[in-house]
Amino acid sequence: MSNAQLEIQIIASLVAIACAIPGTFLVLRKMAMISDAISHSILPGIVIGFFITQDLNSPLLILLAAITGIITVILVEYIQKTGLVKEDTAIGLVFPILFSIGVILIAKHANDVHLDVDAVLLGELAFAPFDRLIINGVDIGPKSLWIIGGILLTTLGLLFAFFKELKVSTFDMGLAASLGFSPAVIHYGLMTVSSVTTVGAFDAVGAILVVALMIAPAATAYLLTNNLKRMLVYAICFGVFSAISGYWLAHGLDASIAGSITTMLGFLFLIVYLFAPNRGVIAVLYREKQQRTEVSLLTFLLHLKNHDEKAERHVNHLNEHINWQKVRSKTVLDLALKNNMIAIDNHIVSLTDKGNDFTTQAIDYIITNEDAQIEHMKDDFFLFRG
Amino acid sequence: MDITEYIRLVFSDYTLRTITLGTAVLGAVTGMLGSFAVLRKQSLLGDAISHAALPGIAIAFLITGTKDGNVLLLGALVSGLIGTFWIRSIVKKTHLKSDTALGLILSLFFGLGMLLLTFIQKQPNANQAGLDKYLFGQAATLIESDVWMMTWVTGICLVVLLLFWKEFKILLFDADYTKTLGFNTKFIDILITTFIVVAIVLGLQTVGVVLMSAMLLAPAAGARQWTNSLGYMVIIASFFGALSGVVGTAISASQNNLSTGPVIVIIAGIFVLISFVFSPSRGLLFKQIRFIKNRRDLQLHKTLSFMYNIAKTHEDIAHPHAIKILNNFQGYTRGTLQKLVKKNYVNLDGSLWSLTEEGYKTASNLYNQQTKNDE
Repeated sequence: MSNAQLEIQIIASLVAIACAIPGTFLVLRKMAMISDAISHSILPGIVIGFFITQDLNSPLLILLAAITGIITVILVEYIQKTGLVKEDTAIGLVFPILFSIGVILIAKHANDVHLDVDAVLLGELAFAPFDRLIINGVDIGPKSLWIIGGILLTTLGLLFAFFKELKVSTFDMGLAASLGFSPAVIHYGLMTVSSVTTVGAFDAVGAILVVALMIAPAATAYLLTNNLKRMLVYAICFGVFSAISGYWLAHGLDASIAGSITTMLGFLFLIVYLFAPNRGVIAVLYREKQQRTEVSLLTFLLHLKNHDEKAERHVNHLNEHINWQKVRSKTVLDLALKNNMIAIDNHIVSLTDKGNDFTTQAIDYIITNEDAQIEHMKDDFFLFRG
Repeated sequence: MDITEYIRLVFSDYTLRTITLGTAVLGAVTGMLGSFAVLRKQSLLGDAISHAALPGIAIAFLITGTKDGNVLLLGALVSGLIGTFWIRSIVKKTHLKSDTALGLILSLFFGLGMLLLTFIQKQPNANQAGLDKYLFGQAATLIESDVWMMTWVTGICLVVLLLFWKEFKILLFDADYTKTLGFNTKFIDILITTFIVVAIVLGLQTVGVVLMSAMLLAPAAGARQWTNSLGYMVIIASFFGALSGVVGTAISASQNNLSTGPVIVIIAGIFVLISFVFSPSRGLLFKQIRFIKNRRDLQLHKTLSFMYNIAKTHEDIAHPHAIKILNNFQGYTRGTLQKLVKKNYVNLDGSLWSLTEEGYKTASNLYNQQTKNDE
């Protein structure tokens, strides 16, 4: 592994960490699409900054572009406040128009210089190690490493300093306001950090893929935990993992690094989305099936308790009168038998003492409208779940 | 180049005619279907779908090896639909919110698309050049058959829209009611979403994935300000869309170095701005004017009721009082007094004023809503 390769991986990992932190809060605050809007609308800021400074890595350019990002947020909020259109429409209107202005500015004025839309949108991490920062003739590393490192340190500093405020205002805006934290300051602070991070990362991974690095790790982590600190840690780990594995994927395919990192993020998300315990699709489908069977079981037990006649308690009655499919009645009967709720004697089903207890309690809960309690009761009674 | 010359050129020049027609048709169909996206609060779905279509284009090229526009668009359609339904299933099956799902699919699909595009570019196959026109769109590459296809799709959309007009409309405004009436809401829902995806995919070649969402939203958001009726909104939105297409093409054709997509988007944005400000019922300008007028009326009422309270204490309501005593009263101006005189509520006599019979009656009923408000 050459020096340049190592540097690329370090830069990619730092970008991933710097994006994952604000991204987590954006996802929790339901403002994920704002990051998409910012990433597009910083373009005119970058272009104007570039005309002034003639240097894509100048701090002034980053500042100007970040201001454009904040202007976007303010514009969206203003349009939304007029009540003429909904918030999502406001977002969808503002950023393409700002982006178009940026594209036209580039086309009209920057044709001969090193700035094109592709570079801004897609970035090229592979070239990052060639742009060195040289102070007093000493080479101290790639410029973008220092830029993104600086942004990351600031973000981390702000995160540790204002963690409590961020946490409270994210989950309970009213409480935060009543405790005296200004929601506006925190909101715009977060927006500023997001804008600065987006701008800082754009020449490494490109403006659009910043969005992936902000949202995807946070969303993946959110499927795994409810704890904010853990979510932050998970998001950072996912980000760094995809950054490094994405680099090697790009190396193998000889393709865009940013695209590969995003694809790795996509794979991670897909796996977690399918297999996450409790919240993954498979877990959800399994739980839905389990609950369907258990509700059927409860219905069946209630039926047994209500009827003493033999005809109503015959095994075939399930198919004939309750209109259940064969498989379903068999599943329910098996489950009830396994849990010792019923006894079958010569095709006549009867409740056992345990089944009787269970049904009586369940009826109590249903009558008093405390259906949620039945879930706890199931833990006490069931040896096997549906 | 003046306008008449340009118009003549539109009819005589093949390229310009094709592009103008193409952008106009595209604007009309996106405006039409965009109205539904905006009203269903799916505005950002367009953004997500257009990005999600990118890997489809790349995969279609990898499989078939042709650059035939229709094949690539078919790929885009499939991957756009996969993206859309994945978004829905994320929102439905997990606790992630719709904005997260949109941003997620948008960026992940786009990243995959970029990976595939760069992968294709490194292939020895010389046929690969020009796939990146789908990123930002190149209206200049439109040919007559593209325009015909757009027209066909627009025609089909229009026919289906008219056939299912009632169903679309009722689903839009009251989904639960639609279900109770026995309509297959899932089918209608999928139909309208599919059409939105189709419209977006059609526009990819012209305006590109990044700006396509604005083509969908802007005409509809503008049209929404002028009417409360769905039918008119769809018509106005199509008109706005077509007009931005034509004007945008004209502007970009008359200048060097201006790509058509961004110009069309900015023109559409200007339409939205005009609609926001000047729409008679919802616009910001008329809202402000109404606001000022209401405040004036309120001041007038306050002055009148102040006078009434003074006049009440006298036996003769026409008893004159000095104007001076009004001076300390907030809301009194010479103008409001003149207005009251004009309405025949007050008589002026030098520096004295007195209430008329009519003014007294109006003032006494001012706040009990017994008289009809004539303001």
